[in-house]
Amino acid sequence: MGEAIVITSGKGGVGKTTTTANLGTALALLGKRVCLVDTDIGLRNLDVIMGLENRIIYDLVDVVEGRCTIQKALVKDKRFEDRLYLLPAAQTSDKSAVTPEQMKQLIDDLRQDYDYILIDCPAGIEQGYKNAVAGADEAIVVTTPDISAVRDADRIIGLLEKEEHMKRPRLIINRIRSHMLKNHDMLDIDEIVMHLSIDLLGIIVDDEHVIKASNNGEPIVLDPNSKASLAYRNIARRLLGESVPLMSLDDEEQKGFFSKIKKLFSAR
Amino acid sequence: MAGKEKRPYVSMKGTKEGLTLHLDDTCAYDELLKQVDELLTTTTRDEEGPLVAVHVHVGNRYLTREQEERLRDVIRTKKHLIVHSIVSNVMTKQEALEWKKKNEIVSVAKIIRSGQVLHVDGDLLLIGDVNPGGTVIATGNIFILGALRGIAHAGYEGNRQAIIAASVMKPTQLRISDVMNRAPDYRSDEGNEMECAYIDEHDQIVVDRLQLLMHLRPNLTRLERSF
Repeated sequence: MGEAIVITSGKGGVGKTTTTANLGTALALLGKRVCLVDTDIGLRNLDVIMGLENRIIYDLVDVVEGRCTIQKALVKDKRFEDRLYLLPAAQTSDKSAVTPEQMKQLIDDLRQDYDYILIDCPAGIEQGYKNAVAGADEAIVVTTPDISAVRDADRIIGLLEKEEHMKRPRLIINRIRSHMLKNHDMLDIDEIVMHLSIDLLGIIVDDEHVIKASNNGEPIVLDPNSKASLAYRNIARRLLGESVPLMSLDDEEQKGFFSKIKKLFSAR
Repeated sequence: MAGKEKRPYVSMKGTKEGLTLHLDDTCAYDELLKQVDELLTTTTRDEEGPLVAVHVHVGNRYLTREQEERLRDVIRTKKHLIVHSIVSNVMTKQEALEWKKKNEIVSVAKIIRSGQVLHVDGDLLLIGDVNPGGTVIATGNIFILGALRGIAHAGYEGNRQAIIAASVMKPTQLRISDVMNRAPDYRSDEGNEMECAYIDEHDQIVVDRLQLLMHLRPNLTRLERSF
C-alpha cells in the first residue's frame, strides 16, 4: 500500500508544483514507484514542469467521470522506465468538477500500484484544497521566508490539524537566500520553525537553475550539480526515513550555522 | 398580629438599610403572600414619608420568576416601600452550572493558528501560542503560557476587571471588555516577556510587568477568595 502525500501551502507561488515535481523525481531516482497527481484543475502546471504536456490525452476529470480508466489517463515519464507517472489535471473544467469523495476513491485506487502518491494542491483553502487533502495520509507544507507565506502556512497547518485521518504536517522552507539570511533581512529559519511549530523536513536555497530547468521541462533534481537538486534529494531520503542533516547554506559560514541547524534537526 | 391560630410565617426587622423581611420556607406560598400582605398593611401607614427599601430573605425556598413577581407586587402596592433585593439560599442546577462555568479556569493545550478562534466561558489557560491572525476570547481572564502574537479578548461579556497575561506579549490587538488597544506600529525586540494587560483608571489598556497584578487585582488569588 502506497503512501499519499499532499503538497500544499495556502499561498500561491511558493513552489508547490516545483516541489511536487522534484520530490517525485527524486523518489523515482531512489527506486520507488511514484505517481504525481495534479489537482489544480483549470490551472494545471505540473505536466509543463515535468515536460509531459504534449503527451496528455485524458485527465483527472475524465477518470472521475468515467470516460476512461486510470491506467489510460496516466502519463508515463520515459526517463524512469516504469517508476514515474503523472495524472494530469483537466484544463477545461474547474475545481467543482470533482468532489472530495471522488478524490479519495481515486487516490485509494492508485495506492495499490505505487509506493508514493504525491498530490499537488492548488493555492487557496477552498474546494481545490479540500479535494487535494481528502485522499492524503500526510501533508507537506511549503513556505518561503516571507511573512505572508508564513502566515498562510500557519492557516493551512491549522486546517490540516483538523483532518483526523492525517499525520502531523511537515515543513519545507523554499527559496532561501543565504546572503539575505546572513544580513538578517529575511525571516530566520529557526524563527519560522518555532512560529509554526511543526517538524522541518528540509530547506531549499533559491537557485536560478530551478527556473531554467523547469522551463525546459526537466526537474532540477536530474542535475546532480545544483544545490537545490541536492536539497530535494535529501528531502526524498528523509521521506524514506533516513536521517540526513540539513545542508549548509553558506560555505564560509559552514561551521557555526551548520551545527546550529543540525542541532535543530536532531532535537525533534 | 397575623392569623390567630397560625404561627407567623413572616418576621420583620428594621435596620439602617431599611426593612428586612424573613420569610418561612416550609409553608404554602399563597399563605405566605397573604401574611406578608397582612403584616405590611397593619404596620405601614398611608402618610407621606421617605421611601423605604425592603430586603427579602426567602430562606431555602426557590422562587420562580412568576412567584418572585407576585411577591414584588404585594410589596409594591404598599406606599413608600420598594423592593431592594430578594435573596434565596437555593438556585437551580442550571444556574449553578452556568455560574461554575463562568468561574472556572478552562485549560487548553493548543496552538491557535491564523484564522482560528478559541472562545471559552470563564478564565482561559492556554498552554501554547496564539499566532498572528488567531483569536482567543474568554468571559474571564486570559493566561497564555506561550506567546501571544494574535488577538486576545478578555472579559468578553463586560468584565472590566479581567486581565490578559502572557509569557511573550506581542499581540496584534488586545481587548478587555469594550476597551481596545493595538500594538505599536514599530516593532521592538526587547521586553515583552512575562507581561500582563489590564484596564487602568483612565480606561486605557496598559501593558506592564506580570508581578504588578498582585497589587492591581488581588482577587486573582483564588484560594483565598471566599464565595
